[in-house]
Amino acid sequence: MNLFLDTFFNWTVMVQYLPAIVEGFLLTVSLAILVVAAGLAVGLILALIRSLRVKLINFFIIVFVDVMRAVPPLVIIIVLYFALPTIGIKLSDFVSTWLALAAVLAAFAEEFFLAGILAVPKGQWEAAHSTGLGYAQTMRFVVLPQAVRLTIPPLTNRTIAITKGTALGSVVAVGEILYQAQSGYSFSYNPSPLTLGAIAYLVLFVPVIYFGRWVETRFAWKR
Amino acid sequence: MINSFFNFDILRETWPYLLAGFWMSVQLCLVVIPLGVAGGLTVALLSTVKNPLVRWTVVLYVDFFRAFPPLVLLMFIAFGLPFMKIDLGAFGAVALAFLFNTSSYYGEIFRTGIESVPKGQFEAARSTGLSATQTLAYIVVPQATRNVIPDLIGNTLEVVKLTSIASVVALPELLYAARQAQSLTYNATPVIAAGLIYLVCLWPLVRLLSRYEHKQIALH
Repeated sequence: MNLFLDTFFNWTVMVQYLPAIVEGFLLTVSLAILVVAAGLAVGLILALIRSLRVKLINFFIIVFVDVMRAVPPLVIIIVLYFALPTIGIKLSDFVSTWLALAAVLAAFAEEFFLAGILAVPKGQWEAAHSTGLGYAQTMRFVVLPQAVRLTIPPLTNRTIAITKGTALGSVVAVGEILYQAQSGYSFSYNPSPLTLGAIAYLVLFVPVIYFGRWVETRFAWKR
Repeated sequence: MINSFFNFDILRETWPYLLAGFWMSVQLCLVVIPLGVAGGLTVALLSTVKNPLVRWTVVLYVDFFRAFPPLVLLMFIAFGLPFMKIDLGAFGAVALAFLFNTSSYYGEIFRTGIESVPKGQFEAARSTGLSATQTLAYIVVPQATRNVIPDLIGNTLEVVKLTSIASVVALPELLYAARQAQSLTYNATPVIAAGLIYLVCLWPLVRLLSRYEHKQIALH
């Protein structure tokens, strides 16, 4: 038991690395917020463009979406960070992680938003047009509010899962929670910083998971 | 760009590494997916038990492991346990971390499935003389599974992609092999090739899933 406490809850080590973990915590939160904002916005824009049904543009959107959904996010981060510099494009660790995760989220969000837009019955479009609303107005005031509501439950869960992907940034040395915990571990040769990091993730994500559950029941599909 | 991303000579040179990594990834999937599904089914069945202590333990387990990024869990197990004189090796550590993580995700999916089976099915089965276990095995679980097939496929796709994090603890799977090859040749081709291998293998699943999602949202 003493070995266990000394190994995973070593007080001296924990106090020493707490500031670094707090710093990492703030970085994780800002990275996550940027990923969610960019991912959802780009996803929605892509879905709107795709709903216009221009064949050539849609082809490129589908390719983008399928690639982002089939390739592991860690591979995408590594390509952006380690492969792009060989052709002269240098992205920082933070930007590579942000772009990769935002692109993955955008791909999932596009699929969900588009499915939501297509699920709104045609009669809604016709009724809106007959009251004198144009295409953009119909989309904004009639179709999107219904479409977004349908996509909220699946999208929330996917968004949470991708936000947890911020930990992948540690592989390219983004100074987020896991990276700080890991370097604390290798400097002190004691896993207590990892425990501290794990606690930080629990503090951050347990509320998020409960929020996701709440959203799921609040907007549940009636089967 | 062609020279540094799609260099054929380098691809030919590093292909054996990539292939070995690919097979390791396949083996990893063949271990972690069945383990995760079995664990998830167990978790889901335990969450239907009447005893509140069991039920709450299961809820706690699921929420706890869903809150951790899988990579954090993996590092904790891979770097922490050896200090307790428990050495699982890279493969064992990955398998254990995946068991915790994926069983809670599969568990949530199976739980939704079981809840979607009408109670009358259970009662009717019991009244024909089937025991509770038989009812679960032959009546409830098959219907529950069928109701959540899209979610099961979706989660399995995520698990396959997730095996790439094993590269971080030096398990020589596809991504690890590609990165080794990249640092030996100073060329990005192996990493791009690894990405393409994932794309080719998983693309059919992505298409299938996208069709399911459209149907599911359209039915709401």
